[in-house]
Amino acid sequence: MRRTNFFFIYITVCFSLFILIFLHASIRRSREKSALYAKREMVHKFHLTDLCLFTEANYTRHLSQADLHTPFQDAPSSLEHFPSGGIVAPPEIIRRINEKLD
Amino acid sequence: MKNWIDRQKNIIDFTLSSLFRRKGKNIALVSVFTLVVLLLSSVMFFTYSFRKEASIIMEDAPEMVVQRTVAGRHEMIPVSYIKIIQDIAGVQEVKARLWGYYYDPVTGANFTLMVSDEFPLEDGTITVGEGVSRVRLIYEGDWVEFKAYNGEIFELEVVDFLSVESGLVSSDIILITENDFRRLFGTTEEYATDLILRVRNPREITTVAIKVAELLPDTRQILREELLRTYDAVFNWRGGLLIVILTGSLLAFIIFAWDKASGLSADERREIGILKAIGWETSDIILMKFWEGLVVSLSSFLMGIILGYIHVFFIRSALFQPVLKGWAVLYPHFNLTPFINGAQVASLFFLTVVPFTVATIIPSWRAAIIDPDTVMR
Repeated sequence: MRRTNFFFIYITVCFSLFILIFLHASIRRSREKSALYAKREMVHKFHLTDLCLFTEANYTRHLSQADLHTPFQDAPSSLEHFPSGGIVAPPEIIRRINEKLD
Repeated sequence: MKNWIDRQKNIIDFTLSSLFRRKGKNIALVSVFTLVVLLLSSVMFFTYSFRKEASIIMEDAPEMVVQRTVAGRHEMIPVSYIKIIQDIAGVQEVKARLWGYYYDPVTGANFTLMVSDEFPLEDGTITVGEGVSRVRLIYEGDWVEFKAYNGEIFELEVVDFLSVESGLVSSDIILITENDFRRLFGTTEEYATDLILRVRNPREITTVAIKVAELLPDTRQILREELLRTYDAVFNWRGGLLIVILTGSLLAFIIFAWDKASGLSADERREIGILKAIGWETSDIILMKFWEGLVVSLSSFLMGIILGYIHVFFIRSALFQPVLKGWAVLYPHFNLTPFINGAQVASLFFLTVVPFTVATIIPSWRAAIIDPDTVMR
């Protein structure tokens, strides 16, 4: 078999898989719709305000409820030391005010 | 048309043979290219799906949370504030929330303890989230020890579990009765953790928030819009580590493209010279190089995207886990629902495949317009 044919088979397989990921995503979305709404229902029922993503510190566990001066809790210009603080961007207002300090 | 197709096939055949002659170099090139696309697409899939899921889930969060702050810190709020807020025109309902953190010395994990009227429990019993059960190795009917604020140790019985599927919102939650909560933390009935309120007309929410701030100056109001904005900004591409990953990947890619665009190896030059000497046109050589660039970049792009999808939605972003877990003892197990942004995929395609292919063509065009004899020397 010519190399071109091998290549076209390879690209066709890859392209089919590429299309398949959109299809798979759509199937999973419709399958998980009820689970998604169950989570939403739980948020409504328990009056939850945050997602349970980072449990290492109270202000990363409840990002939206954190004190406004959380980044400076240990010292007036202390740097954030929890790893999740490296992923989560602080609210824009805090970033704007303290830009020159950091 | 058939002739055109045959011509392209022959050129691709030749291109593939040429790539196979430099097997080692090209396999390394495709592998690194694939890895760069894998990393970029993983970040793209993870952040987009997470933000999308968060926006759906948090849509039913409380419209407004009222916190009391003392010396800039969140403090327990007097329940008497409910009456003051209820009297504001437009307020439909005000409720007190009781919740807090409990550091578990056995595992070193932090749990979120909550009181909920919606989940009837008897005193002395609790319902726990998936993460709590996993970390503490507790099952239905087990007794869990808690150390109260005054050092008193008391045990509560696990009677139920929150569903595993709801891990993203409930993994570290322990539902407890109000009496047990107050016994554990020593709070009196006059105080709650914060207040939540619903407003009749959603357009009046800002007005209500301003009125609450005027009447109760020691409080802070957090609107649902702010909650949603928080989670929209969590994995913002400008945020912290993401920018490091993105910059690293993009720089690696620029080095690739630069290496390709800056010149050809002696072998490649000689090959072009020979092809010209045996009668290939400059356009044929550019076409060959175009196919070469496309073969490498398209196969790497497709493979990278597919692997990125598998990485995020099948193996729970295993590469990102150490960063996401941080110092947390309790990390929720959750499967993200795949949301794909077509525009982002298209951008990734135009940022990787197109520049790489163009970068492959330019130096070849330069070599192809020189006299074959000079090139071969």
